[in-house]
Amino acid sequence: MSRGGQKIGRRKFLKGAAVGAAAVSSTAISNAQDAESADHQHVPSDIALRVKALETVLTEKNLLDPSALDEVVDQYENRIGPQNGAKVVAKAWVDSDYKARLLDDGTAAIGELDLLGNQGEHMVVVENTTEVHNLVVCTLCSCYPWPTLGLPPTWYKSSAYRARAVIEPRAVLLEFGLEVSDETEIRVWDSTAEMRYLVLPRRPEGAEDMNEKELADIVTRDSMIGVAVL
Amino acid sequence: MNSIHDMGGMHGFGPILVEDDEPVFHEEWEGRVYALALTWYPWARYKEWGSFRHTLEKIPPKDYLSMSYYERWFFVNEQKALQTGIVTENELKNGQADPEYLMPQLEPQSDSWLGSGHLGQEIDAKFEAGGIVRAKEINGREHNRLPRYVRGKKGTIIRDNGVYALQDTNEKDEQPYDDPQHVYTVRFSSKELWGNASHENDFIYLDLWESYLEPA
Repeated sequence: MSRGGQKIGRRKFLKGAAVGAAAVSSTAISNAQDAESADHQHVPSDIALRVKALETVLTEKNLLDPSALDEVVDQYENRIGPQNGAKVVAKAWVDSDYKARLLDDGTAAIGELDLLGNQGEHMVVVENTTEVHNLVVCTLCSCYPWPTLGLPPTWYKSSAYRARAVIEPRAVLLEFGLEVSDETEIRVWDSTAEMRYLVLPRRPEGAEDMNEKELADIVTRDSMIGVAVL
Repeated sequence: MNSIHDMGGMHGFGPILVEDDEPVFHEEWEGRVYALALTWYPWARYKEWGSFRHTLEKIPPKDYLSMSYYERWFFVNEQKALQTGIVTENELKNGQADPEYLMPQLEPQSDSWLGSGHLGQEIDAKFEAGGIVRAKEINGREHNRLPRYVRGKKGTIIRDNGVYALQDTNEKDEQPYDDPQHVYTVRFSSKELWGNASHENDFIYLDLWESYLEPA
């Protein structure tokens, strides 16, 4: 976990939160946030049982095939993730024609790499430059381009990020350790309809000699959401 | 509807907590819930199913805030299963299907149902890139995708994304299935949205259905 730039391990955070809960009377105020950020802390103990019950009943009614669920979980745990978006970015860095197509029609260009799909049917790619920094959020829900970035991290789905990214993007970015100059334009993309956004980060200095595969390895999820640069 | 899900611009949620090396699912049940929502049979095929998002937004604010993301997803799926009569409270309590229980016949979507996604329909566009528009004040109890923080505010159309079915519902969770509209990307200045104290180089972009907008 990191809070205000301070990084600590998850286990330590949970332990700290538990001690804090015993000692501090303002726990109720922070409960909502804790429930989202360390999401199994306040989960009722019976939720796993309730989920199991629904799955079992639907399966017995032949409305559900549990192996199909296994397949979905496996896909998102092992095959669909930011490594996919990184391929798009790396290709754009080494192939200027592809980059032009990507910025002109993200859906078609990402489709060339066979990386469209559920929650990534209509893609828009926005480019970071020396003058412009892009940041993606979904204030109403937690919309996110699953085929290129995988499932969103908990912080992306948190009330704090959803509330703050549109009103104080510079403060949010600073919390992620990124100071954006006053001269740089910040564009925040609130994914309110069916377009999903991917940030094309700037190719870092010192990466001039790297090939496409090596470049893909240095592209991070956060740089494609816009809360980090490379 | 005006509820807690519409969070853009709110204060008081504190810092953004980042977990390093976060797993895709923290608990096995989270993965099952996610996969269930994507996989199971009746999803969106029947009129009685209604809108996932509207059910999510109708969770009372105090409960919404105390639930994790996947708890909310589970709640919606459980509600849909119960409301449509696909399962009963007793079946969920006992963890097994009741062979005596007969599921109601559900009504399939009408032929005019457009679902979601780009429609490729040719419809005249009311606005074009460069046009100045104002987001309408819409404060109904239905599901819509017009956040409070842009209502009444002026912005510039930067792109026409083509035609998509409006995803709004009415109060009864019924959708206007046959309402295809252009969806525009609209650029708002931070100063227009949040006042003069905000940064002059900050701009917020939203994708808005045509019926949310009027000429300014």
